Amino acid sequence: MKQIYLDNNATTAVAPEVLEAMTPFLKELWGNPSSMHVFGGQVRRHVERARRQVADFIGADQPEIVFTSCGTESNNMAILGTMEAAAERMNFITTRVEHPAVLEPARKLKGLGFNVIELDVDSYGQIDLGQLKRYLGQGPALVSIMWANNETGVIFPIREIAEMVKGAGGIMHTDAVQAAGKIPIDLRGTKADLLSLSGHKLHAPKGVAALYIRRGTRVAPLIHGGHQEFGKRGGTENVPGIVALGKACELSADSISEEAARVAALRDRLQEGILKMCPDTRVNGDQTRRLPNTLNISFLYVEGESILYHLSDLGVAASSGSACTSGSLEPSHVIRAMGVPFIAAHGSIRFSLSRYNTGDDVDYVLEHLPPIIRKLRSISPFGRM
Amino acid sequence: MWEYTDKVLDHFRNPRNVGVIDNPDGSGEVGSMACGDALKLTFKLDANKRIAEAKFQTFGCASAIASSSALTEMIKGKTLEEAEKITNQDIADYLGGLPEQKMHCSVMGREALELAIHNYRTGDTSGKILEGRVICHCFGVTEEEITRVVRDNHLTGVEQVTNYCKAGGACGKCRDDIAAIIAKINGLGPKNEQPRPPRPGRALTTLQKIKLIEETLEKEVRPALRKDGGDIELIDVAGNDVFVALRGMCANCQVARFTLKDVVEARLKEFVSPDIVVKEAPP
Ligand code: FES
Repeated sequence: MKQIYLDNNATTAVAPEVLEAMTPFLKELWGNPSSMHVFGGQVRRHVERARRQVADFIGADQPEIVFTSCGTESNNMAILGTMEAAAERMNFITTRVEHPAVLEPARKLKGLGFNVIELDVDSYGQIDLGQLKRYLGQGPALVSIMWANNETGVIFPIREIAEMVKGAGGIMHTDAVQAAGKIPIDLRGTKADLLSLSGHKLHAPKGVAALYIRRGTRVAPLIHGGHQEFGKRGGTENVPGIVALGKACELSADSISEEAARVAALRDRLQEGILKMCPDTRVNGDQTRRLPNTLNISFLYVEGESILYHLSDLGVAASSGSACTSGSLEPSHVIRAMGVPFIAAHGSIRFSLSRYNTGDDVDYVLEHLPPIIRKLRSISPFGRM
Repeated sequence: MWEYTDKVLDHFRNPRNVGVIDNPDGSGEVGSMACGDALKLTFKLDANKRIAEAKFQTFGCASAIASSSALTEMIKGKTLEEAEKITNQDIADYLGGLPEQKMHCSVMGREALELAIHNYRTGDTSGKILEGRVICHCFGVTEEEITRVVRDNHLTGVEQVTNYCKAGGACGKCRDDIAAIIAKINGLGPKNEQPRPPRPGRALTTLQKIKLIEETLEKEVRPALRKDGGDIELIDVAGNDVFVALRGMCANCQVARFTLKDVVEARLKEFVSPDIVVKEAPP
């Protein structure tokens, strides 16, 4: 059966070039980069090369990159570590649509008595910069706002936001886990102090990520017990993972603009086709500022999980923000924060493409999805035929 | 992905008896779009008062569709007295079992059947009746209903009850009450009540009162509403009258009235002042 993977915002396939680059470090180059002998020394060089590849990828300097184990760790470190190291007590400002890797540390800060503010989003999933400005006026703040949303692909105006935050004397963190590898990121133009990115979202394996810490930004370590990573993160380095992340960044950097345009064209074709062939559908999120690979679309009167199962029967992998898929009883917090009406909230499907998708993939989905929706609507008590 | 049995997947992929019967003898509808699943069941009897035909329409996940399809197959040919005996467990068994978190789909089937039979006998078309004491305000589940799922399925824990009828699955305020019901049914007697924190008994300035009301809404009420995709906004405070507006899904939900009156008022009485009266602000 055909296998079409359209869930690249969840995780991506490891690129063959990446696998090739990391393999020696699982075989002969297994030394500990901290060791003072040749086994370690030759490995250390590769770790530093990877650090440069990651730094180049986002317009940073090598010593500003700290390797971590996952995007969640990077976010936790950026938020909890900064708040711990802050000279004076700061407010924490974030948005209602962040990933749990930001919202959960925020909850922890709240429990510790910090003032935590979650900005609302409008029906396009965008925040109100005026509201942010008012909160910034309340005193020094750490602001954590994602570069792009994982569920809808909506891109926040991070450059402008960072400008505002820095202007108000705050510290700016951005969770770029979903943006990195999909759109160009250049920290020479954007004043973010901290930025998280994760390997498995850009064709490196799981288990490796990075946190960019602008020179001079104080961040207390989360993981203690070693001098590694400039004393900012203890623990023996995940060398194969780090080498893989470096290679993945280099690969992505080589072609990011062309790939973004190519993938966007495929995504747009998918979107237009679905809208044309399936009545009563709506695209969720700001279509003018959106990741090129992401389409979040709601099919009214049907439930997401049942769509996914039918798609999966046809070899198509996507995901849904519906309650039933996650086993919880509520639809996704992002969809709800945008005020998507409940007739649409339970039937939202996310298609997320990658550089490995082709026009044939899109055609296949466009051929098979409309009958699925028609069938489910014919079963639904709310459906119009 | 869930571990569905082949039978579940078969009934999901090839649902039997889809549709609505014209001029049915009985019809029952449960759930809502806000809750994420809904089922409409209709049936017709033959000359011998046996179910000759049964049809369904379902909005919901794979297991909700499969449960509905299974139900229609199970009741065909039965008298109403026989059909009435079908429990949600029977529906799940027919399908070779359902994941525990999906058992509420089978309960939805049984509820729709009950309502349809009730409709046949009384002509009542009012839909799901919230009879008896409402225990879970988030999902509008009564003591009767909880008792029923605990008995039918030999449940022993609150989490199980949530899996079977959603009660307790949002704000969690009702979990102690659910535990007490389970204990009562299993003959363990009522559990000792935890002493409640002392109430604020001080006289409040209006400003302090508004602040406290906001805090209470934020901590005690909103989390529950947000789980349902809704929200509540404080519009005005005049003396002890608190005007609020429901937003999002809650504004349209069938259990919104309960939410507003029972939950919000109870919480504000508890945390702010026993004299508070909650009113819905005009839109
Ligand atoms: S009252 Fe039952 S979960 Fe909120």
